[in-house]
Amino acid sequence: MELSVLGQNDAEHHGAGGCSSGSCGSSDDQLAHLPEHIRAKVHNHPCYSEEAHHYFARMHVAVAPACNIQCHYCNRKYDCANESRPGVVSEVLTPDQAVKKVKAVAASIPQMSVLGIAGPGDPLANPQRTFETFRRLSAEAPDIKLCVSTNGLALPDCVDELARHNIDHVTITINCVDPEVGAKIYPWIYWNNQRIRGRKAAKILIEQQQKGLEMLVARGILVKVNSVLIPGVNDEHLKEVSKIVKAKGAFLHNVMPLIAEAEHGTFYGVMGQRSPEPEELQDLQDACAGDMNMMRHCRQCRADAVGLLGEDRGDEFTLDKIETMDIDYAAAMVKRAAVHAAIKEELDEKAAKKARLAGQTLPPAAAAPARRYRPVLMAVATSGGGLVNQHFGHAHEFLVYEASPHGVRFIGHRRVEQYCGGDDSCGVKESALAGSIRALKGCEAVLCSKIGFEPWGDLEAAGIQPNGEHAMEPIEEAVLAVYQEMIRAGRLEHDEGLLRANA
Amino acid sequence: MALKIVESCVNCWACVDVCPSEAIYESSAHFKINAHKCSECDGDFSAPQCASICPIEGAILLADGSPANPPGSLTGIPPERLHEAMREIQAR
Repeated sequence: MELSVLGQNDAEHHGAGGCSSGSCGSSDDQLAHLPEHIRAKVHNHPCYSEEAHHYFARMHVAVAPACNIQCHYCNRKYDCANESRPGVVSEVLTPDQAVKKVKAVAASIPQMSVLGIAGPGDPLANPQRTFETFRRLSAEAPDIKLCVSTNGLALPDCVDELARHNIDHVTITINCVDPEVGAKIYPWIYWNNQRIRGRKAAKILIEQQQKGLEMLVARGILVKVNSVLIPGVNDEHLKEVSKIVKAKGAFLHNVMPLIAEAEHGTFYGVMGQRSPEPEELQDLQDACAGDMNMMRHCRQCRADAVGLLGEDRGDEFTLDKIETMDIDYAAAMVKRAAVHAAIKEELDEKAAKKARLAGQTLPPAAAAPARRYRPVLMAVATSGGGLVNQHFGHAHEFLVYEASPHGVRFIGHRRVEQYCGGDDSCGVKESALAGSIRALKGCEAVLCSKIGFEPWGDLEAAGIQPNGEHAMEPIEEAVLAVYQEMIRAGRLEHDEGLLRANA
Repeated sequence: MALKIVESCVNCWACVDVCPSEAIYESSAHFKINAHKCSECDGDFSAPQCASICPIEGAILLADGSPANPPGSLTGIPPERLHEAMREIQAR
């Protein structure tokens, strides 16, 4: 059995994930095939590098409230402090307030490496507010990477300006390349001073997105493509989207599940469009992975999120709080540089260790029957640093890894759904524990630093083995160790009821 | 001859940026239209710009008091379906 946690030298055996090429989305190897100059740009970007997201934090500033299109998964009315999903914010900021907030966060959370503008509308439909923020930040906080995410409609007109502000990462949300499909996702766009609807609107949007993608690539600006997986609408179609955007030079494709609840008031939510199951998302990501570098660690964060992916420390930096903070940014930059250097050193050490481990294999006697063991999904509670270091009861989300005879690979995250703890009119009434167990569907073990007596019993009853034995260990090593324990215990001998992880 | 913004406005700024007459201003609770400045985009565009980009049904009224974007016209959600969903949610 290979001890590698990457599987990068085992591509031909990686059929479990449908990864037939070197651009397999397995874990942190997802960026390994990229040219050095691109890797240098993304090594500390939590949204682009799976490995970096355990260490580096990001923030969004909500300076862009206006939008120029309507998507069926978005409701422009909804604002709930307890909710976390794209397009939701607590307060819209002026560029001046945003700059102040960014400096306050960068000084308080030195591992914050990236500032993005992602809404709550479309950043490029708010060009003055968006570019004023970028202009000031690139001058006043030059150690922060700037990025922007857009629906693409106004993108071709903004490429020059983006290049001028040294923005080297752009995310375009592309849900389709066929106007027939687009007409089912976008009810209207605002274009050339008119509201345009239906297929015609979708056609214009698609053309602008594709043109913008080509222009950015031609300028050497990195492009990630986001797609929302909408079952029955664009699920099969996204495979074609993935091929096309890769051919045009996007370096990463992030397929995200639709979030649709009636209480959000969105078209899809109210009309009963279902969201995909975690396994549907994984299947599609695996299907696209043969052609495209896939991202699996996206948390679909709020347009005002602050902190590591999966955490939101926005409450610590509300407008009234940052007003009272006195930030010496020159001093903060010194501290930030030291923290970033320390993280880089840790990552380099980790990479060197992995390189050593990758060369090792178990004795042939153990390796031969290994092919018979089925893959297993395991959930991990972590609060960052790439370690099993979070109490089960404190986890708002779990990272899911697949262990198989070919190694360990990162599959995605499962959020413990807590849309709203507020009033009775919104929010699913169920205990946090029931929510966690539901979120862990399909997983056979959950690794955490500690776990209480009650959840232990309930998890076991649900067929999920709790495991607190690997507290503070690196995640991939812990998952591999548990997999080997399962093999030794004879739990993986049979292929019957083969988990869908091998589908 | 002027359009009007009412309380269902969500303050998204979209109309401010597209108004050719600079008639829309930030105000408490929500944006408002200066009736003296508003031309209903007559002579500039074929349709009032604020009403053409506003994402909220009912938030902008035409001069005759009717909604520029009536229920269902922007989201595509039939009004009766929306009411039904809201009733279901409240009954939980």
